[in-house]
Amino acid sequence: MKRYSAFNLFREGLNGHKGWGPAWRSPEPARSYDAVIIGGGGHGLAAAYYLAKIQGLKRIAVLERGWIGGGNTGRNTTIVRSNYRQPQIQRLLEFSLKLWEGLSEELNYNVMFSQRGALFLGHSDSDMTRLAERGDALRCNGIDAELMTPGQVARLIPLLDMSDRARFPVHGGLIQRRGGTARHDAVAWGYARAADVRGVDIIQNCEVTGFDIRGGRIAGIRTSRGDIATDRIGMSVAGASGQVAALAGFTLPIESHLLQAFVSEPVKPMIDTVIMSQSIHCYISQSDKGEVVLGGDPDLYPTYSQKGVPYRLEEVAGQAISLIPALSRLRMLRSWAGTTDMSFDGSPIIGTTPVEGLFINGGWCYGGFKATPGAGWLLAHTVATGAPHDINAPFGLDRFAAGATVDEQGTGPMPQAH
Amino acid sequence: MLLITCPHCGERAQAEFTYERPVQTVIALDAPVEVAVETLYNRANPRGWSWELWRHTHGCGAWLKLHRHTATHEVAAVALLEAGA
Ligand SMILES: Cc1cc2nc3c(=O)[nH]c(=O)nc-3n(C[C@H](O)[C@H](O)[C@H](O)COP(=O)(O)OP(=O)(O)OC[C@H]3O[C@@H](n4cnc5c(N)ncnc54)[C@H](O)[C@@H]3O)c2cc1C
Ligand SMILES: [Zn+2]
Repeated sequence: MKRYSAFNLFREGLNGHKGWGPAWRSPEPARSYDAVIIGGGGHGLAAAYYLAKIQGLKRIAVLERGWIGGGNTGRNTTIVRSNYRQPQIQRLLEFSLKLWEGLSEELNYNVMFSQRGALFLGHSDSDMTRLAERGDALRCNGIDAELMTPGQVARLIPLLDMSDRARFPVHGGLIQRRGGTARHDAVAWGYARAADVRGVDIIQNCEVTGFDIRGGRIAGIRTSRGDIATDRIGMSVAGASGQVAALAGFTLPIESHLLQAFVSEPVKPMIDTVIMSQSIHCYISQSDKGEVVLGGDPDLYPTYSQKGVPYRLEEVAGQAISLIPALSRLRMLRSWAGTTDMSFDGSPIIGTTPVEGLFINGGWCYGGFKATPGAGWLLAHTVATGAPHDINAPFGLDRFAAGATVDEQGTGPMPQAH
Repeated sequence: MLLITCPHCGERAQAEFTYERPVQTVIALDAPVEVAVETLYNRANPRGWSWELWRHTHGCGAWLKLHRHTATHEVAAVALLEAGA
């Protein structure tokens, strides 16, 4: 594997860039592994990387039914932040954010992590009260948060409609300056390449179709490319969590829904911050290619279709234009959807399952991209040691029956409400 | 989906309706705790046909039972909830 460096770039330049070679191998699946990860999204690939690097396991495979990064990893709006309200989830996401901050160097792969700031707008006195409360909660736990006046917000994002007649008048905001965006594909590819260097077999076009369970323990896994013996499995399949759990004979507090995203034609830089809102569900950023990236509410019913309703586009575009009138001049280029694994408290599930040797990372709803390094790290720890780390201990499957949910929005046990 | 045929109102836009929960996750009032917790939290989450509770929220307000496919969005049946259901 050739290192990516200025020197190698220069040398390859003289050589017509013929010497790079593929970034990862395409091996045939072996008959047995020490550990298997199901799902080649960012989370699964990160888990495999940390299993090899931190946990020191040797024979590891990632099984992906399609191509790596083709699930929600390649479909999300790439917002990375840790400014949540509940201490348990703050701790998890801040752990992840710290990993993001060194990720490009760690992987020797430019994941284009851009700490351009993640701003929540407040549109009323009560919005500002809630933002101030959240900012306090964050700062008490050592996470950066700054409350902004309308004047400060206007200087940061000059294109916002700051007039009194605005549909969503801006009363101020709360910014996490260390938040931002990253290049989603690069995160999958970077982890894949770094895991491959450490000997991880990344096996694409390989669907998991069943488990070999003996006496309540994992003994192996069945795939479209043959059976594999293993006694440790980490499942990280996002929207397919319910289906994979069904193969192992249990159900989950997860319902699969759908979230859409939209991008405009590429334009010159106009928005250099991630814009979100305390009151409306609309988030706006601009990709490095220049497209304005828009997201909004999920479609709010169970679906595996990956096809969204058109009225959501209308709603999101309407909200975005109300915030930034200049957006009305843009043509939309693409829209798409991903199958989100909606949990019953809006928080993830990382831990053990009813089957010994099978561990789960899922239930990330529509907010798991930001957690990619952290969730992968914690799943690796849980798979290798057989028990959750202190950071993911509050996120076990048992929390629902125990009443110890981590309900960030305070909306109760309704998957569509988070 | 996009159009859902309400037994009262006829064909209406999907945007008028709200999904509530799968029919089998409605908890009996006298259910023991373990059964209630299991019913409340654990979902079959099928990729395929499912009976679901929906409501014509922005229409006549009726509670409905939909037989709906979660991958193709076909709706095979829409029924009113009967008393005691
Ligand atoms: C439109 C949209 C916008 C979003 N925006 C944001 C955002 O701005 N910020 C944020 O933090 N999060 C966001 N999210 C959520 C985020 O994308 C996900 O939580 C995260 O990417 C999940 O990563 P993953 O690796 O677990 O899942 P995925 O990338 O979906 O990977 C799971 C993989 O498992 C594979 N798989 C499934 N079943 C099997 C099987 N039986 N055998 C083998 N492989 C299987 C799938 O093919 C898939 O590649 C968004 C999601 C969507 C849909
Ligand atoms: Zn009606």
